[in-house]
Amino acid sequence: MPEILFFSLVAGVAIISSILVVAMRNPINCALSLIMTFFCMATLYVMLDAPFMAATQVIVYAGAIMVLIVFVIMLLNMRTETSKNYVHGVLVSSIVAVLTLFVISGFLSKSPLTGATGDMTPELVTKVGHVELIGKAMFSQFLLPFEITSILLLVAIVGSVILAKRKL
Amino acid sequence: MEYEILGLPVWYYIAMVAKVLVVFVWVLLTVAYATYAERKIIGHMQVRLGPMRTGWHGLLQPIADGLKLFFKEEIIPAEASTFAFLVAPLIALVPAFISFAVIPFGSTITVGGYKIPLQIAAFADKSGGVVDVNVGVLYILALSSLGVYGIVLAGWSSNSKYSLLGGLRASAQMISYELAAGLSLITVFMVSGSLSLQTIVADQAAFGWYAWRNPFLFAAFIIFFICSLAEINRTPFDLPEAETELVSGFCTEYSSMKYAMFFMAEYANMITVCAITVTLFLGGWHGPFTDAMPLLSPFYFIAKVYTLIFTCMWIRATYPRYRYDQLMGLGWKFFLPITLVLIVGNAFWINVIGAGNWLGGLFA
Repeated sequence: MPEILFFSLVAGVAIISSILVVAMRNPINCALSLIMTFFCMATLYVMLDAPFMAATQVIVYAGAIMVLIVFVIMLLNMRTETSKNYVHGVLVSSIVAVLTLFVISGFLSKSPLTGATGDMTPELVTKVGHVELIGKAMFSQFLLPFEITSILLLVAIVGSVILAKRKL
Repeated sequence: MEYEILGLPVWYYIAMVAKVLVVFVWVLLTVAYATYAERKIIGHMQVRLGPMRTGWHGLLQPIADGLKLFFKEEIIPAEASTFAFLVAPLIALVPAFISFAVIPFGSTITVGGYKIPLQIAAFADKSGGVVDVNVGVLYILALSSLGVYGIVLAGWSSNSKYSLLGGLRASAQMISYELAAGLSLITVFMVSGSLSLQTIVADQAAFGWYAWRNPFLFAAFIIFFICSLAEINRTPFDLPEAETELVSGFCTEYSSMKYAMFFMAEYANMITVCAITVTLFLGGWHGPFTDAMPLLSPFYFIAKVYTLIFTCMWIRATYPRYRYDQLMGLGWKFFLPITLVLIVGNAFWINVIGAGNWLGGLFA
């Protein structure tokens, strides 16, 4: 029972802050709300016995990516958005949102989840350790996707260096 | 007679509240008296007396300073972004304090037949084993990456060019040095094989402190400490609040208790960083006779932390501030490559010589 109460609290904050991300006029306040959303997500991961996911969520999204975004907003010194109505923008994005809602509800009704528990029980996660389990899976079962992702990141790094230093 | 609340014994709750109170009060007191110690130590290093008037040898100075800041007028600049301006000091202060939740400040003590591990986020389960956060180090890294928002927001929301420059410097500096600090921690994980701070300290207590395990770990210890100094904006890396160039940097526009909160956050960060360094490299609470008398262990921990805090102040009294390009060059061109070499070297060392104590192996 306390878990459900806590979950509702965190989920409520997550929903409110994610609404604020799009509703706020000031870009910095939007960024702050987004950080709050990430933080709530991290809390939900902790409740799902996935502390490693929670930590990386905060380190990568809240700690690195959002710092960069806040940095850019500060450098451009963007202030509160003056009220301009982009009718076509609102139209396109609402169509996309409605379509996404349809797709997601379709997935949910046809989901292959049977309710049966798999190998990963909370006891196993506490005993072996979440990091160890993820590490083993990542470097054996999912080695190829992992390597492909790292090559993708390398390409991105090389690309950004080339873009920034044309006269190297 | 074992009373239980929500499946946990009553002792669990009593121990938890007691641990939180003790640690919180200790951090607050240390923050207050670290300011006094800093003024006194730097004063004597520069052949001055430091504060002398309030109380015996100025011992009441922190209380006087606190009262003074408390009664100052609170000013919010007219053009500031009010919400961000108000929450920034809180965002800076809170992560510095809650990092302490995962730091083990002593070994496990037994009170009334119930085992209490001296670490806030840990408890003894029914079989007597100690359960703690098994991603403790990552938790600390995550919180330290959140602390930067306080400074960045303070700089941006004040709507002053000095503050903005201070905030920009802080974010660039923290991102750069987080990399090298994180990479130097990998050498520790390679030896410990765990991210749980309980396991890391237990391993050091059994087989020797990590700082002396091998030369690569020693170098990682030095680099981690320097990068931590840069991350918490201590001299010689205090560019975000360089008073010769930026008045007071990101907190120029702050007054009264909000300024005091930034000040407290800075000192709390210093204590946290020293506690982390002690836990990861200098054996945590481990010291002579801790196996026989677990109650000694918090005193060893505190002594080690205070030694490192003294080192921070010593460094502040000794070195001039870095120039901005020197700071970035040091982080990206020296520490980052060196830590990468350390990881490879450490891997070779572990495979060829072993993960055990190098000096012990030589003299055994």
